[in-house]
Amino acid sequence: MQLTNRAKVLEKKPMTLAERAYLPAIFQGLSITMRHFFMKKATVRYPEEVRPFSGFFRGLHVLKRDELGRERCTACGLCAVSCPAEAITMVAGERKKGEEGLYREEKYAISYEINMLRCIFCGLCEEACPKAAIYLQPDKMAPPRYERDEFVYGKDRLVEPVSPDERSVKGIQLTPEQADKLRARIV
Amino acid sequence: MIELPALGWQSIVIFVVFALSLLIATYCTYAERVIAAFLQDRVGPDRAGPYGLLQPLADAVKMFTKEEFFPGGANKVLFVVGPCLAMITALMSSAVIPFGNTMSFGNNAFFLQGIEVNIGMLWIFGVVSLGVYGVMIGGWASNNKFSLLGAVRAASQNISYELAMGMSLIAVLMISGTLSLREITLQQSVAGEWQMWNIVKQPIGFLIFLVCAFAETNRTPFDLPECETELVGGYHTEYSSMKLGLYLFSEYVNIFVVSAVMSVLYFGGFNFPFQYELRDWFVNSQGWELNSAQNLITLLGTVGIFLKIFAFIFFFMWVRWTLPRFRYDQLMRLGWTILIPLAVFNIVLTGALILFGVI
Repeated sequence: MQLTNRAKVLEKKPMTLAERAYLPAIFQGLSITMRHFFMKKATVRYPEEVRPFSGFFRGLHVLKRDELGRERCTACGLCAVSCPAEAITMVAGERKKGEEGLYREEKYAISYEINMLRCIFCGLCEEACPKAAIYLQPDKMAPPRYERDEFVYGKDRLVEPVSPDERSVKGIQLTPEQADKLRARIV
Repeated sequence: MIELPALGWQSIVIFVVFALSLLIATYCTYAERVIAAFLQDRVGPDRAGPYGLLQPLADAVKMFTKEEFFPGGANKVLFVVGPCLAMITALMSSAVIPFGNTMSFGNNAFFLQGIEVNIGMLWIFGVVSLGVYGVMIGGWASNNKFSLLGAVRAASQNISYELAMGMSLIAVLMISGTLSLREITLQQSVAGEWQMWNIVKQPIGFLIFLVCAFAETNRTPFDLPECETELVGGYHTEYSSMKLGLYLFSEYVNIFVVSAVMSVLYFGGFNFPFQYELRDWFVNSQGWELNSAQNLITLLGTVGIFLKIFAFIFFFMWVRWTLPRFRYDQLMRLGWTILIPLAVFNIVLTGALILFGVI
């Protein structure tokens, strides 16, 4: 019974003198490897060179602030519920008087932790969030660390800094050229 | 001008050659890794120093500081003797290779060669065939079946391929009529008349010699003595730290020596095209003294032979990262039923060509 058209009939002819002498085949192989010698290398020298991410890359999370610099998160817990890896934990608290400049809603997250070792970067937390507070950044990823507990990111490392310059020290940041290249590709 | 007795000059040359072979072998490890990487579309070691040039140093530190392990039941004396012997024999053979022509200062003339003897070729073959003892002793003293298998393979492989190698060499000796490497080199280029390098007269012989050189240095496709996939590590399975380093190192020194021998025997050694024209140009047009022009040509020739050697070393590595390993019965069949008859045929052919005055 013939299932596909890919079957190949093997010919078992005795080898010719050229085949038995190995040498033509050896030179063929040598020419192939020599071609590879001059080819462009596939290596990315990682810490110095970062591969450009795709435009919709889901990287390290950020907890956004609103236009007045207040934290958007209201600690509703929908992100934690939607998280398939159960990487998110939070403790909710009530906003005190005088903290209106810090938190947008009356309820806020006292602590908010994402375990980056559990996180699968699926982006469901981002989709679940009703306050547009949590985002997965397209240009930043969780860098390698030596200890496990260093992968539990608290609010100190998640909340967006007030001044944008502080961002680059946490995690891997694209250079301006790389960012430009990326933007050009998306457009 | 410092007056050096002949022996003093020779010992300087030998010391330089010794240091050079070690240096070249060191950087062969680096070259091997870089070439392997390039042939596989990678970049190779580039972290230690600029372009990773300090990598051999890091490797050496690693080798020296690793634990020195003696397997239980191993013969302690022979276990140490094995790698030493491999290294000593590898280093000894470079003494007779002519790395350059004559340097003359005033009335003194020196050869850029450790020892000029009329049995240079015999010396190299004698010493190189001793090298298999290092592998043999090391493999046997390890008290390990994989090591022993590797050692037995190395011994039988070296003996088989030495025959074909020696016979391909006989054809060269028939042409040159001398065993002195310096004489063979000088015959490949004589002042005033155009002389071909031996590769033109001995293409089949060179091919046999090249294949045998791969087998003698235990390089892929003939690296069965140490083939990792079958024998763990072959004869150096049980070796660690610098004893392993000596084995690996001696392999590279052997490659260097065998490349040098091939350059001398078939590719004109320290000769390079138009050397006499260049010398005469310096003397006639630039008004140099004959001696200093000759010295310059000698130095250029030394550069030339090293370029030839490096080309061969590159070829060795290129082949290693291209071809898969032979099966053991294929290896033996190639050696005994193809190369040796071919070498005999080459001898007969050369004899006939000499008889009819073609070469």
